[in-house]
Amino acid sequence: MTSSEVLAGRVSRESAFSRRLQFQRQVTYLLLLLPTLLMLIVLFVYPILRLLVTSVYDGHQLTLEHYRRIVEVDLYVRVLSTTFTIAFQVTLICLVLGYPLAYFLATLRPRTARLLMILVLIPFWTSILVRTYAWMVLLQRQGVLNRWLLEWGLIDEPLRMMYNRIGVLVGMTHVLLPFMVLPAYAVMRGIDRNLLRAAANLGASPFHAFLRVFLPLSLPGVAAGSLLVFILALGFFITPALMGGRTDMMIAQLIETQIRTQLNFPFAAALATVLLVVTLVIFAIYNRLLGLDKMFGGGY
Amino acid sequence: MVERAAELDRAVLMHVHGRQGFTIPWGRVLLAIFSALVLLYLVAPVLIVLPMSFSAAKYLSFPPPGLSLQWYENFFARADWTAATIQSIRVAFTVMILATVLGVAASLALVRSSFPGKELVNLIIVSPLVVPAIIVAIAIYGIYVRLHLVQTFWGLVLAHTVLAIPYVIVNVSATLRGVDIRLEQAAQSLGANSWQTFRYVTLPLISPGIFAGAVFAFIASFDELIVALFIAGARGRTLPMRMFEGLRMEIDPTIAAVSSMLIVFSVVVLASAELARRRSRSD
Repeated sequence: MTSSEVLAGRVSRESAFSRRLQFQRQVTYLLLLLPTLLMLIVLFVYPILRLLVTSVYDGHQLTLEHYRRIVEVDLYVRVLSTTFTIAFQVTLICLVLGYPLAYFLATLRPRTARLLMILVLIPFWTSILVRTYAWMVLLQRQGVLNRWLLEWGLIDEPLRMMYNRIGVLVGMTHVLLPFMVLPAYAVMRGIDRNLLRAAANLGASPFHAFLRVFLPLSLPGVAAGSLLVFILALGFFITPALMGGRTDMMIAQLIETQIRTQLNFPFAAALATVLLVVTLVIFAIYNRLLGLDKMFGGGY
Repeated sequence: MVERAAELDRAVLMHVHGRQGFTIPWGRVLLAIFSALVLLYLVAPVLIVLPMSFSAAKYLSFPPPGLSLQWYENFFARADWTAATIQSIRVAFTVMILATVLGVAASLALVRSSFPGKELVNLIIVSPLVVPAIIVAIAIYGIYVRLHLVQTFWGLVLAHTVLAIPYVIVNVSATLRGVDIRLEQAAQSLGANSWQTFRYVTLPLISPGIFAGAVFAFIASFDELIVALFIAGARGRTLPMRMFEGLRMEIDPTIAAVSSMLIVFSVVVLASAELARRRSRSD
């Protein structure tokens, strides 16, 4: 036996040993993952798949009856279009309010920005019900805002700011604005200020430097925020249920009434499927554009 | 350094645009005012609810005409409120423990090993965060009816745990990725077995992430309304359910007292979680 053969034998013995160790480690890891995975499959994946099946299978045959009802009955078409309109409006308002705020915070010293960021985080951390309650107190007919406006003589009779679209938009924007500000701010903070200096040196006005350099670089954060706000807005239930009018019913409320008062599970399942598919498509776009890891790294 | 850079910035801009002396940067002033208004909009509810909860009036008014603790007394005196609060704390506490144990174990597997289908597993794990709550609610309701888990304590706990696990995994994985794997290897080369390595090396290093994840898990359950509406039932009514009922019928000022306590509670708890998370990142 030559020395190289001895060496080869030892190496293969060692690698067999390390392979077994490796295998044991893999088994341990799988055992650690298994309970969570099982739980999510039994209580999340399977129930949702069953929901999808319920929406097209009545126990005897496949049917698209429930989907036909969604697109044929005026009421349901209106609920769908209201849902998309509200989600779109909320996203737009969040963009208009959130972009300048994130930009302003990003130009401040990090310490000051962190302090002001607390003002964004406090509502973010407060329960949606608590915030909705506060808006109801502020906006209702005999509410704080109306009483102030009357006292100051700015209006003659109370404004209707609740149980209509205004209430829904004010309440939903308030809940969703942090989801725009946090990712936008994170991206803006990372933009190299030297690029703006370079643009200025090359003769760009501050406005032009912003438009041609800062704005394009900040787009990933804005896109992340907008998609997130839109997805979350589509499934909203609490705010429209408490602050919306009769004509502002959104899809989540329709699903709830179909089950709790009509007991029509298959139809609710079809509505849920529509909502789920739209949500997942946007989610997939988000994943393709920005990566999932960006979504929840920045906050709650 | 940053301040110096900012000063330099301004100097360069002034120089380039040939501005002489001091001019008021109107654009910036407008931006600051706009931002202040948006921030005011964000904190307005908190500023309204806290003073209102101490109001001596019998109806909603702001600013309160006098101070009193009547709404807090009302909250603690009424069994429907206290029972719902206790139920919420029991559920959220159990969820926190379950989700933390399961989530930490799963994070170890997800960060420290690779296996086929890991992408899919990751996707399944984060999806409870993006799938609308109403869909999760009716889907779980659909199978709970057959499993006779509707209106049971454990039914609600399990459903909330599904929603809470992602928060634990996201937080723990983030800290775990920051742990130098050579520390674990060093421990093992010195004779520690896998459990000892985890217990005495990994666990202390990832404890800020675990703490943050546990807090988020608690709050995720404690604040959850929609799933609870479907499966908790009147006898297992949680605090958010009680609040929702209160807001649907009349706007009872007791809710101002409840809300104030919730604001203080969640801000204190989540701020400490955020601090823990930041500290673990900067280390």
